[in-house]
Amino acid sequence: MMKNIPLSALIGLVITATYFIAAALAPVIAPYGMAEVVGDVWEPSSAEHLLGTDQIGRDLLSRMIYGGRTTIWIATLATILSFATGSTLGFFAAVMGGWVDMALSRLVDLFMSIPSLILALVILSSIEATVVTLIVLMGLLDSTRVYRLARAVAVDISVMDYVEAARLRGEKLKWIIFREILPNALSPLVAELGLRFIFMVLFISTLSFLGVGVQPPLADWGGIVKENKEGINFGIGAALYPAVAIATLAISVNLVADWVLNRTTSLKGGRG
Amino acid sequence: MSDTLLKVRGLKIGATVYPPGEKPHDIDIVHGVDFDLERGKVLGLIGESGAGKSTIGLASMAYGRGGVKITGGEVWVNGRDILKTGIKDIRKLRGAEVTYVSQSAAASFNPAKKIMDQVIEAAVEQKKFSRKDAEQRARTLFAKLGLPDPDNIGERYPHQVSGGQLQRCMTALALCPEPDLVVFDEPTTALDVTTQIDVLMAIKEAIADTGVAALYITHDLAVVAQVSDDIMVLRMGNTIEYGDTDQIINRPQDEYTQALVSVRSIEHEEKAPTPEPVLSVKNITARYKGTNFDVLHNVNVDLHPGQTLAVVGESGSGKSTLARVITGLLPPRDGQIDFAGRTLSNDLAGRSLEDLRELQMIYQMADTAMNPRQTVGTIIGRPLEFYFGLRGEEKRKRLIDLLDEIELGEKFMDRYPAELSGGQKQRVCIARSLAAKPKMIICDEVTSALDPLVADGILKLLLDLQKIENVAYLFITHDLATVRAISDSIAVMYQGRVARYGSKSEVLSPPFDDYTDLLLSSVPEMRLGWLEEVVANRKMESAGN
Repeated sequence: MMKNIPLSALIGLVITATYFIAAALAPVIAPYGMAEVVGDVWEPSSAEHLLGTDQIGRDLLSRMIYGGRTTIWIATLATILSFATGSTLGFFAAVMGGWVDMALSRLVDLFMSIPSLILALVILSSIEATVVTLIVLMGLLDSTRVYRLARAVAVDISVMDYVEAARLRGEKLKWIIFREILPNALSPLVAELGLRFIFMVLFISTLSFLGVGVQPPLADWGGIVKENKEGINFGIGAALYPAVAIATLAISVNLVADWVLNRTTSLKGGRG
Repeated sequence: MSDTLLKVRGLKIGATVYPPGEKPHDIDIVHGVDFDLERGKVLGLIGESGAGKSTIGLASMAYGRGGVKITGGEVWVNGRDILKTGIKDIRKLRGAEVTYVSQSAAASFNPAKKIMDQVIEAAVEQKKFSRKDAEQRARTLFAKLGLPDPDNIGERYPHQVSGGQLQRCMTALALCPEPDLVVFDEPTTALDVTTQIDVLMAIKEAIADTGVAALYITHDLAVVAQVSDDIMVLRMGNTIEYGDTDQIINRPQDEYTQALVSVRSIEHEEKAPTPEPVLSVKNITARYKGTNFDVLHNVNVDLHPGQTLAVVGESGSGKSTLARVITGLLPPRDGQIDFAGRTLSNDLAGRSLEDLRELQMIYQMADTAMNPRQTVGTIIGRPLEFYFGLRGEEKRKRLIDLLDEIELGEKFMDRYPAELSGGQKQRVCIARSLAAKPKMIICDEVTSALDPLVADGILKLLLDLQKIENVAYLFITHDLATVRAISDSIAVMYQGRVARYGSKSEVLSPPFDDYTDLLLSSVPEMRLGWLEEVVANRKMESAGN
């Protein structure tokens, strides 16, 4: 499986793995504590502080590593939740058809008609923003997009003769959804997975930047931008590091997703 | 030699393949083919799918479809080697000197433009005719091809004419720029037999009138025998035999050609009906949801245990709808279905597991009837598990038995459908339905997507299995040769009604009603002059006209 891996995917894999490992091992590799004040305000980079310090003198590299841990953790769980709900409901609607499909699809349309950021802001103003509520909220809001894709893909598959053959055999819904449709819908879903994960990273960062996401003293990338944004006026780039981190993570995750996509579609007979 | 229009020498064509788990590599799909075509002559290229016949046809326009590359040889058209000329000259050649008629006119016409605009496009684009002259020429061609209302038919859109008419419009399109050579790529394969005759006759006359040369590509030897002067038999990119039509049809030299000519060697003794039919369709009337038009009118047929009922008819006659009604996918408006001594629920949801198990179905397209992500073992094993609760070693043993029965064997168990040939796929589908130990199997056009020799093998297998398992077949087909080969009784369907029904010998003996006569006489026969004969003797217009 690992042979013939293209260079682009290898680069993506290495960078993505680095981020995830850094996130998992944050307490071990971070040079200082997350909320530890260790220097002066906005020190430039030096041997002790590779990325300098932030607006109250905390080590920025440590903040970035801990922040990445929070951001990636929340984004990953929210993506999993979003795909689990979105694709299951989407497949269900496609297989059932009729009024079930109609009711579910219109409900989803209703949610999609409200910009998700505004909806999230409204909801977060009335409930407390903990890590769990953030994950559930983001996962469910995003599952509407996954639902749309999953339903569209599954509608095409559910009219195939092999699905009809399964129905004629008397198969239950569970088999039809998870054994007949899911394996054939995997390629487009995997491609979407990479993209959705990045949207989640951006979403949680946006929420934190606006002050309703991850609450201090917990660090996350959006929060670091918010805390250090004033620095830009003085020519201090501390707020730009999270942006670079988000961008490189986005690109590398999608390089991997592309490769997985190519691999699954080149399985002979796979859907294009 | 001055009359030679197309001269092909040592034509080699290759393509890049991408097998899973291996590095992409190049393979040869045509290994050095030679032929000559004189002005006004027709050369038939014949072979099974994958023989390279379409690829050779397109190569005569210096074109390779979908990653196919011409890797060697010479193609001389009008005295110049078109493989050596630049793309500019080739562009002048295509649509002017050489034109192309594809298999599916319905998929080739742009549905948003009028037929006339598309028919004259190449001729005007290539500055062969002015727009006005081209339209005039198109109308003449429409008339020559026997299209109704030739002066105005060009003003219609493609969906406003029938399939057979559209195929003739495509022939007009190809002939409009006064080409020297027309490549016909399976122009009648997608049509019903009765419509095929009209199109064949039209093409043949148009070729004779305009004096163009033609390459006629088909897998049906009986069809090519009607239109071509010479025939070239291809197999896996090699020339098997090349000679004039009379010699190929009447004195084939090569073993493979002989097999093609004598295909349908199956003999089947008709069995007498038993007192108790396994399936009894009573007064079925059905229509599709949201329409106000009955597709089936009062259909009554019986099927006896261990026997075969063939349901024959053209597309649109309601034969596949009948299958959907019997399986419960389309609840009928009226009537009832008795199966194995009980009355079946009209609706799929109301049927017991036992009902479902005993009534199995095999589809026309084995490709789409199997989940591409499941192995053969899973596909055939699922009914064993689902209906009989077989697990582990027990299931494996039964699976191997079934694979042996369909003549594939144990080694196929872990293969995916994409790793099987067309015939093997259909065999796996047969095994899947047999795994349920059914009393009856509905076979919906199971051989029509297969090459004749492969189809023959499938039919033989079905007949053998019928003897062993005593299973009844409801065999839906449009192919009368198949019907003759395997049926015990026949129902001829026409416009949603059973036009003729009885034992095979009754249905196939005179006196015939007009429709059965038309259907029977339309089956291409492998002899010269058959086409003219049948057109002269017809009593009834075909439906596609």
